[in-house]
Amino acid sequence: MKTRDIARFALLTALAMVLSWVESLVPLSVTVPGVKLGLTNLVVLFALYRMGTRAAWCLSLVRVLLVSFTFGNAFSLWYSLAGAILSLLVMMALKATGKFSVTGVSVAGAVCHNLGQILVAMAVLRSTAVAFYYPALVLSGTIAGVCIGLAGGVLVRRIRI
Amino acid sequence: MKRRFDLILILLLLTVAGVLFFFLRPGGEGQYVLVTVDGQEYDRYPLSEDRTITIGEEDYNILKIHDGAAAITEANCGDHTCVRTGEIRRSGESIICLPHKVVVKVIGGENSTVDAVS
Repeated sequence: MKTRDIARFALLTALAMVLSWVESLVPLSVTVPGVKLGLTNLVVLFALYRMGTRAAWCLSLVRVLLVSFTFGNAFSLWYSLAGAILSLLVMMALKATGKFSVTGVSVAGAVCHNLGQILVAMAVLRSTAVAFYYPALVLSGTIAGVCIGLAGGVLVRRIRI
Repeated sequence: MKRRFDLILILLLLTVAGVLFFFLRPGGEGQYVLVTVDGQEYDRYPLSEDRTITIGEEDYNILKIHDGAAAITEANCGDHTCVRTGEIRRSGESIICLPHKVVVKVIGGENSTVDAVS
């Protein structure tokens, strides 16, 4: 790993953390937990397209650990981790097909992030009651994914670091 | 070309959301609330009788049944999502407290599609 890569990685990690925090300050929905814009996914998308799969995984996992230890608790770690892993797996797969643009990849990532969290919630509660929230999350995830994907596409093309 | 696949994916997801909304939609007025803690049934209460129940001791959620609706009015969990959920009265609607693993769900009444799922 070159020094330049280390610096780049550190910069993106810090940015992802800050965006997670900013997002936690502005809850979009009070009735359905989990509705969010997914600003952090901008950074993950950037890493995935510009620095490769391995960098995206490192960034995503390091971000989840740091954010959970700093702002979250023992519970939030598992939700975030499941969301992040499922989301990145699906984004990688869709990107590898070569048939989707950043927007499509981002939308799939957003919906899968919510799916991962719902699955953990089901396992924790041992109840399917949380599935009740999922339709609203698919809708909000799709809309948020489009927004983040369009913005992410511009960043991937324009930013030179 | 790529935009076409993006669009197909987006339309597909919107359809999935629509179908899920349809199948998981709440039914009519429910008759009971079923309270489960950590996957185990805690108790069930008729919505027709007003009452206030404290679920749990150290980790508590206060469940209030009033005018045929149930709401968690107070809890010492970290996030208070359960309190913000507000009132539920229709069959299939739930209040969920993740930190305390508490689920309050309205059951009974007509068209309780969610019961069939769970």
